[in-house]
Amino acid sequence: MKVLTSVFLAGAAIAVSTGASAGTMEDVAGKGFIQCGVSQGLPGFSNPDESGNWTGIDVDLCRAVAAAVLGDASKVKFSPLSAKERFTALQSGEIDILSRNTTWTLVRDTALGLNFAGVNYYDGQGFMVRSDLGIKSALELDGASACVNIGTTTELNLSDYFRTNNMKLNPVVFEKADEVVAAYDAGRCDVYTTDQSGLAAQRQKLKDPGAHMLLPEIISKEPLGPVVRHGDDKWLDVVKWTLYAMIEAEELGVTSANVDKMKGSDNPGIRRLLGVEGDGGKNLGVSGDWAYNIVKQVGNYGESFDRYVGPKTPLALERGLNALWSDGGLQYAMPVR
Amino acid sequence: MAVDQVAPAARPPFFYDPRVRAIFFQVLVLALVILGGAYLVNNTLANLARQGIASGFGFLDTTAGFGISMSLVEYSEESTYGRVFLVGFLNTILVSVVGVFFATVLGFLIGVARLSRNWVVSKMANAYIETLRNIPLLLQLFFWYFAVLRTLPSPRNSVELFGSFFLNNRGLTSPSPIPEAGFSTVVISFAVAIVAAFFVARWARKRQEATGQQFPRFWAGLGIIIGLPLLAAIVTGFPLSWSVPELRGFNFVNGMVLIPEFVALVVALSTYTAAFIAEIVRAGITSVSHGQTEAAFALGLRRSPTLRLVIIPQALRVIIPPLTSQYLNLTKNSSLAAAIAYPDIVLVFAGTVLMQTGQAVEIISITMATYLALSLLISGFMNWYNQKMALVER
Amino acid sequence: MSEQSQDYTTGQHPDLPAPITSTGVIGWARINLFATIPNTILTVLAVLLLLWLIPPVIDWAFISADWSGQTRDDCTREGACWVFIKVWFRQLMYGRYPVDEIWRINLAYIIAVAAGILLFVPGLRGKPWIGLFLLAGFPIIAFYLFVGGSFGLPDVETPLWGGLFLTLVISGVGIVASLPIGIVLALGRRSKMPVVRSLCITFIELWRGVPLITVLFMASVMFPLFLPEGMNFDKLIRALLGVMFFSSAYMAEVVRGGLQALPKGQYEAAQALGLSYWKMMGLVILPQALKLVIPGIVNTFIGLFKDTVLVLIIGLFDFLGMVQLAGTNPDWLGFAIEGYVFAAFGFWIFCFGMSRYSQHLEKKLHTGH
Repeated sequence: MKVLTSVFLAGAAIAVSTGASAGTMEDVAGKGFIQCGVSQGLPGFSNPDESGNWTGIDVDLCRAVAAAVLGDASKVKFSPLSAKERFTALQSGEIDILSRNTTWTLVRDTALGLNFAGVNYYDGQGFMVRSDLGIKSALELDGASACVNIGTTTELNLSDYFRTNNMKLNPVVFEKADEVVAAYDAGRCDVYTTDQSGLAAQRQKLKDPGAHMLLPEIISKEPLGPVVRHGDDKWLDVVKWTLYAMIEAEELGVTSANVDKMKGSDNPGIRRLLGVEGDGGKNLGVSGDWAYNIVKQVGNYGESFDRYVGPKTPLALERGLNALWSDGGLQYAMPVR
Repeated sequence: MAVDQVAPAARPPFFYDPRVRAIFFQVLVLALVILGGAYLVNNTLANLARQGIASGFGFLDTTAGFGISMSLVEYSEESTYGRVFLVGFLNTILVSVVGVFFATVLGFLIGVARLSRNWVVSKMANAYIETLRNIPLLLQLFFWYFAVLRTLPSPRNSVELFGSFFLNNRGLTSPSPIPEAGFSTVVISFAVAIVAAFFVARWARKRQEATGQQFPRFWAGLGIIIGLPLLAAIVTGFPLSWSVPELRGFNFVNGMVLIPEFVALVVALSTYTAAFIAEIVRAGITSVSHGQTEAAFALGLRRSPTLRLVIIPQALRVIIPPLTSQYLNLTKNSSLAAAIAYPDIVLVFAGTVLMQTGQAVEIISITMATYLALSLLISGFMNWYNQKMALVER
Repeated sequence: MSEQSQDYTTGQHPDLPAPITSTGVIGWARINLFATIPNTILTVLAVLLLLWLIPPVIDWAFISADWSGQTRDDCTREGACWVFIKVWFRQLMYGRYPVDEIWRINLAYIIAVAAGILLFVPGLRGKPWIGLFLLAGFPIIAFYLFVGGSFGLPDVETPLWGGLFLTLVISGVGIVASLPIGIVLALGRRSKMPVVRSLCITFIELWRGVPLITVLFMASVMFPLFLPEGMNFDKLIRALLGVMFFSSAYMAEVVRGGLQALPKGQYEAAQALGLSYWKMMGLVILPQALKLVIPGIVNTFIGLFKDTVLVLIIGLFDFLGMVQLAGTNPDWLGFAIEGYVFAAFGFWIFCFGMSRYSQHLEKKLHTGH
């Protein structure tokens, strides 16, 4: 018994010595890495390769935060989470930042105790069906079975859409995204529905991607972005401005290739962004060259987009809504000054 | 524990007294547990408050807004989260009850086959047991689900049975009964018939104990239970119509559907658990010594009454306790439903509702408490039954 | 016919050999397969069932299967594509453990297997020490080998652990830890101290009453919520804790069965000898009780081993999780069946081996009359 007690006490002592601290910022600085919640494998957004390296635009965002805070984009540890686990994991402190193609909604922003730090992909919910079904519109889906991922806004939008159009719906709800695709591929459902980007990504996991088609309807707004815990303003600021810095860098034409040269630029905007002028970094609580590190090690928003989801990737997504505001899109960084 | 001491010369100091020590130790343990519990609760509350996460059980009255593929009670998108809990709970109960039924039947069959004097049959039963119980259930579940899905045709090429049953990869669609006016008479007569059959059986037993005369109570009971409602139905003119399924668009409308998720889950749960039950049955039957059979034959009993009156009651005493834990396991294993989209309590309540509300502590507590209550209920019932069956010794 | 057998007295007949229909293959078949008419029908039906089931399986798995190649294009025949398993074999076995460090896992395997073989050598002395090493010393060595970060070994983070290796780690830790905890709980449940007893009963019934999935969900994502801000453990450790408590509750019930089966005289005799509580338990009661419940203990181990697959639901890539991951790789779609069959075979080998070992142990330790 004595032995047991002493083991217990020793365990408790170790546990306590890992230390309670005030905010995520200090916490991250203390442990030297960022714990980033990602998907369990969604090509283009967050996907592990065979040796376990994560890639995708959601992954890039986490790496950018690490570059800004710790000066090293590689100091990120990834926690693959199912849609169902993600918010609990963030609430509990299991992860520092959730970057997992998560839709910004009012309930999540308030009652779930979360804060959205911005939007890194503007999306909308679409439908995929087998081409040989011979339907042209989502309005012909009355009575269809729909495969959908549990605990997503998709699940709710789907119900709303069928209800408003007076159609009967048979939802088949899975816990893991891979299971949804597998069941759709096995013929369990007539239609597979998720964000359009998700459809493009998961399509690669179908046996015969060519035998399926997307329906023209987009039934919802799905602004996807990084999420942090409520009540930690400092950390929220860092994540928010990391995203803005990536967008701003693209707007200013700063890329990972030319960022060193750009440091000598005359453009005051670029000089402020890269920390040559002003003390933006100090106000954020990070080093002055935070944005330089982001662009140098990860790249700007456009580079990240082109690398993982753009037209030259298997997903082949156009910029569309995600073009810069100056090109007619919605991506708009607040002024870095 | 206290041993009487020979000649208590000097009272030992009080802290050597085992009773004092026991009390001290217990107070210490209790204090540690309470402190530990308070510490955890305190942390949780602090964490929830700091992040402004909603708490409390008010969410149960909020509108759910999502659909569920299978429900035993009235459910629509406008129902509340509390209703979702009920739907999930009933689905869990349904799959457990059906699973327990098939597992028991299959398990007894294979257990008996395992003891068969036919070499091929006994070896096949053995192979079945050794294969199924040594492979994780989750794996078998995936196998059944995707094996079932891939072999079945699409709705437009459904397999048609008797013109009104349709089998496809959306499930088994069958006609559903629609009660009309007067149907309640049939239901009432059915209830009356069950009660009557019970009393007939009791009367028959009493008469047999008193006079030794036998009465075919099984057939009589069956006759009453089938006959009386049938009579009522004839009198009221069959107040029941059928809603026959028909293919419209993608899927069948009308009728009722047995979804493939349910089928796969029941098949996986019952074949898996049957392997364990078979071993339990075998152990139970072999535990009854051969002398019992010989004694029964010596008394002039034939084979069937020997089995029914001598062997099985004794074997059941050995079988029931482990059988209980298999039933419990099956019920808990039904939570794997979440992996194949069967809308049980884990999937719809601890899944979708948890996600929409974010109230993990409340929802997981409710879910765990539900399973705990189910477990206690089953083990309580089986303990009662076990006591009833137990050997009454002098 | 030899000389002697012809030497018989009048009235006696030589012992004729048994009729051919009751010996050898035919006799065996008559007794075991065709004893009665229903029995014969049963045999025929069973054989037909086997003929219907087995040939297609063998054809799929062996005869028309593809064995060699490197890519999915090498799988051209109708049967199974074992190339898939071959290509992914390293990941299925070790997860994403760095290739250069895999020798550490293999070394630990070799130590464990060597010690295990020594346990089987008949007549070897010091077997208790080997057993103690396997239960106490080996886990420490394995921990340093797997985790690294000291003795010049590079650090390998737990998210990289996976495959069969992770399954073995989780079940191994669960097995080693659940037995002592289970024994303590079982003793507590039979304690005369009401507080200790009721706490143990509550603990055991609580863990036994809830499904492992919810336990793992709590351990994986909710656990930090119960701790002060900023304090946390590794995800794998939390999953291990969940598995450990869960299986120790089952173990406690198995051990309790053994304790109850011992006649009261054993307790009384030990007390009459003046043994203290722990000595009585350690030297007299537990050795007998544990021997009685060896089948139960091994069954619990087997159950635990199979239950470890549930960690894939909380995002740890164990054996089955790795199989699924490999099956969803865009280059290798459509080979899920091969993956599942391989995983089933792997699990079967381990579980069947364990159950056979328990039967062997049961026979060996059976010292009753």
